Amino acid sequence: MARVDFFPNATARRRFWPKWSRLYWQTVPVTLLLVAFFVVPVVMLLGISFLDGRGLPSIEHYRRLVEVPLYGKVLLTTLNVAFWTTLLSVVGAYPVAYLLAISRGSTRNWLIILVLLPFWTSFLVRTFAWIVLLGRKGAVNQMLMAIGITDAPLQMIYNFTGVMIGMTHALMPLATLTLLAVMEGIDPNLTKAASTMGAKGGTRFWRIYFPLTMPGVASAALLVFITSLGFFITPALLGGPQDTMIVQLIIFQIREVLNWQFAGAIGVLLVITFMVIFFFYDRVFGLSVMGGGARAPKPAPRSSIRRCCAHVGKTITRALAYVTDALIGICSTPRMTRKSGAAGSRAGLYLVCTLILGFLALPTLFVLPVSFTSEAFLTWPPTLFSLQWYRLVFDSPVWLHAAARSFAVALVTATVAMLIALPCTFALSRNNFAGKSALFGLVVAPMIVPNIFIAVGLFFLFSRLGIAGTTFGVILGHTVIVIPYVIVTVLAILKGYDRNLDHAAATMGASGVETFRRVTFPLIRSGVTASFMFAFIISFDELTIALFVTGGRITTLPKLMYEDALLSVSPRLAAVASLLLVLMSILILISELTRRKGGTRLGK
Amino acid sequence: MTERKTKLTIRGLTKRYGAATALDHVDLDLTDGEFLTMLGPSGSGKTTLLWSVAGLNHPDGGKIWIDGRDATSVPASGRDIGMVFQNYALFPHLSVSENISFPLEMRKVSPRDRSLAITRALEMVKLEHVGDRFCDQLSGGQQQRIALARAFVANPSIILMDEPLGALDKKLRDHLQLEIKRLHERLGMTVLYVTHDQEEAMVMSDRICLMNQGRIEQIGTPDELYFQPKSLFAADFLGEANLIPSRITGEEAGCLIVELLGMGTVRTRSTPPRPNGPNVVHFTRPESIAIQADAENKANRLYGHVSEVVVSGAITKLFVHVGDALMKISLLTSVSQRVREGERITIGWDDDVGRVLSRSQKEAA
Ligand SMILES: Nc1ncnc2c1ncn2[C@@H]1O[C@H](COP(=O)(O)OP(=O)(O)OP(=O)(O)O)[C@@H](O)[C@H]1O
Ligand SMILES: [Mg+2]
Repeated sequence: MARVDFFPNATARRRFWPKWSRLYWQTVPVTLLLVAFFVVPVVMLLGISFLDGRGLPSIEHYRRLVEVPLYGKVLLTTLNVAFWTTLLSVVGAYPVAYLLAISRGSTRNWLIILVLLPFWTSFLVRTFAWIVLLGRKGAVNQMLMAIGITDAPLQMIYNFTGVMIGMTHALMPLATLTLLAVMEGIDPNLTKAASTMGAKGGTRFWRIYFPLTMPGVASAALLVFITSLGFFITPALLGGPQDTMIVQLIIFQIREVLNWQFAGAIGVLLVITFMVIFFFYDRVFGLSVMGGGARAPKPAPRSSIRRCCAHVGKTITRALAYVTDALIGICSTPRMTRKSGAAGSRAGLYLVCTLILGFLALPTLFVLPVSFTSEAFLTWPPTLFSLQWYRLVFDSPVWLHAAARSFAVALVTATVAMLIALPCTFALSRNNFAGKSALFGLVVAPMIVPNIFIAVGLFFLFSRLGIAGTTFGVILGHTVIVIPYVIVTVLAILKGYDRNLDHAAATMGASGVETFRRVTFPLIRSGVTASFMFAFIISFDELTIALFVTGGRITTLPKLMYEDALLSVSPRLAAVASLLLVLMSILILISELTRRKGGTRLGK
Repeated sequence: MTERKTKLTIRGLTKRYGAATALDHVDLDLTDGEFLTMLGPSGSGKTTLLWSVAGLNHPDGGKIWIDGRDATSVPASGRDIGMVFQNYALFPHLSVSENISFPLEMRKVSPRDRSLAITRALEMVKLEHVGDRFCDQLSGGQQQRIALARAFVANPSIILMDEPLGALDKKLRDHLQLEIKRLHERLGMTVLYVTHDQEEAMVMSDRICLMNQGRIEQIGTPDELYFQPKSLFAADFLGEANLIPSRITGEEAGCLIVELLGMGTVRTRSTPPRPNGPNVVHFTRPESIAIQADAENKANRLYGHVSEVVVSGAITKLFVHVGDALMKISLLTSVSQRVREGERITIGWDDDVGRVLSRSQKEAA
């Protein structure tokens, strides 16, 4: 046999090609699917905005965007809503994430579930619950009037307040989980180390802990901000006409006016907004922060903005540290021992977190009692007890068909997504190959791009292909948005998997297939199952894609609910929401418990 | 030399985690400028004790005095300490010099003095050139030295170190042991040091405190701990020992007559604490046993067969069958005094090197 080490180039090439071709088939289905049903439609949608009514190049739509003041106003409203949502969500999420990060054992597991349940509960159900709670005859108003705080019902929804409450409620879990990921990576000894150097409570928090959580705060803020920019369910159901957001304009243009090109132009406006935000974010925090990890952004020598921000930040945290220490000094009497001081701050934290977790978890439960009302419309307190609304749902072929279709779509979507995403995930996690980061970017892009773009783009594409308004189209669309979640969650599992186990199996004589079947898969099975369930839930709950791709011909459960809610908020809807809530909670609990079991087995 | 004053006093310190007792009525005194090392098996409460001294946990009972003042409820930030954490605990968001500056800022040192002190601290650990770097741009050993500099820079009166050299290679460890020792001699602060490494404890400490299951098993100079263990646990934990089940058969002229079961009878000067009951364990260190000609003038002599000879550089280890038992003996390797396997041999030791210890660990406490 030839000694190959004499030909280093030849060996390099020989090793390179087989590797390439092996990875080729693993990543090819995902790549093709995403290019065809994500990149192409979104680019097409944005592209047609540069055409006029006759299909010739023109910028007439952009002229209209600039000239009609309405659009600028809506953009401002959108930014305003997104800003306040971000602020409220991150501020509320911070103490909860902190409590989660410092608690251990079963307390922590239950707290996580308290955050995850609202995270995965359908936006529609949650929004609907707020209508039950905050409406003119809702629970809150009834209570306030009963106590005598107000005589007339307060206007809490169909205005800015309603939008704020709904959006904060919707997005705070996302902020919490993002913050938690960073906080968990922070060595608890660091603040202890600071205290041995003479730092008091305020200094420890503001000068050590808070700067360390800054990457989490920044990425949570970015995630919440860009997600809010693409929202339409909450402002449509909980806001008034003056709270219209930009995505609602797109929907209006397509569903009512059928002006695709102008819708595309509004889309471009949104994309530009995104890019401006990303640009400033990158300048201040660095986009690399998005990856999480408890490392603070380092002052890049080239970015003077960042250095300046770091300086301002340092000054502010120092001042805050000083003020906090002084306040603590005033509030605590000299007799107060160290122990009681610590217990006091603990109690404060628990109180705040109970309030926030209550805000997150409780409102949804209000759909349950009203669904058993025996009256013809929503009242608080409901007159119990009747199953009439459930009977109505189960007797209605429209609702049953919609539910069946949603179920089938979710099942097929989750299965297909798993089948094509798993091999791709293995390739991503275990090998370095040309174009890996580009592929990763492509894979996570559907998570960042608002679903409305995908939805509208797909509708446009599907109309040409003749599959608009088919169940198949919905499945394709859902597969596109589910794949990123599958890949990201399975990647996280594979990261915790010790590859030496595979090597060990190989040394014992197991072939590649046997190793996968007997060692790898049993270890990641529960993680993969959980991931499948999440894929199922996402698809089952999905509204935006369904709203467009179904094209009025067929309907899914969320779409039916949304349209029903736009017309009137009836107890029948409460019955559907209750069923959905219970079903989803069970699914989430099961998948969370399986995931956890797998986690312990992997020794995490 | 004048009597040093007491720096740290601990009385009855108790700390429980749920049902487990991490510290069980610990009493300890440290004089000013002393270097005391905590030694003990994993989970024996060393870290817990250190954290109590630092004020990082809340003891369930007992009191701590620093400089004669009750410090039990003083928070960590008010104790004037410096601490090296086992995993370094360097602030990742601050540069090396900002890390070192932190304790100075907390003590309200003026900016000019601060930069002087930082420079001096960095010089001290020979890392002048890394001041502007972040900690993850340093090697493990360099991070360790920064952690040392940060603990020492503000001249705290007590320094606490939790296995500070645990993760380093032998060479770096030897180097840093010397560096710490030198710093201690020069700056004269009181040091409470935790390690797993017996040799390190022996080399560095004025006194060693041996912990076992949340209690102090024995405390004394390295020499005392090594040659005069007070319990089976201490004898067994440090180094190698010949531990032979024995029976006390009598007493004569200040000496106990001890029958090493199956080996013969020896005499041992009675040293407190004396075990109650006749059934004991007889202890000798392999180093304190002489052979052949050297053994002739010793108070205790026994005869046996060499079963194995292991030459490991400067030390030669002999395993000698005496009756039913196997004795370990360490000798300096010498050309003249060669012993071969199977050879008949005389071994002997003085009546002040052997000790009798209680068989169960409970009784000794
Ligand atoms: N936070 C904690 N919660 C519960 N038990 C703890 C905690 N910290 C320590 N313990 C228990 O207290 C006992 C003493 O622990 P400690 O950390 O002081 O041991 P150690 O001597 O430092 O051990 P090592 O040499 O392994 O570091 C152990 O049994 C440990 O399990
Ligand atoms: Mg320890």
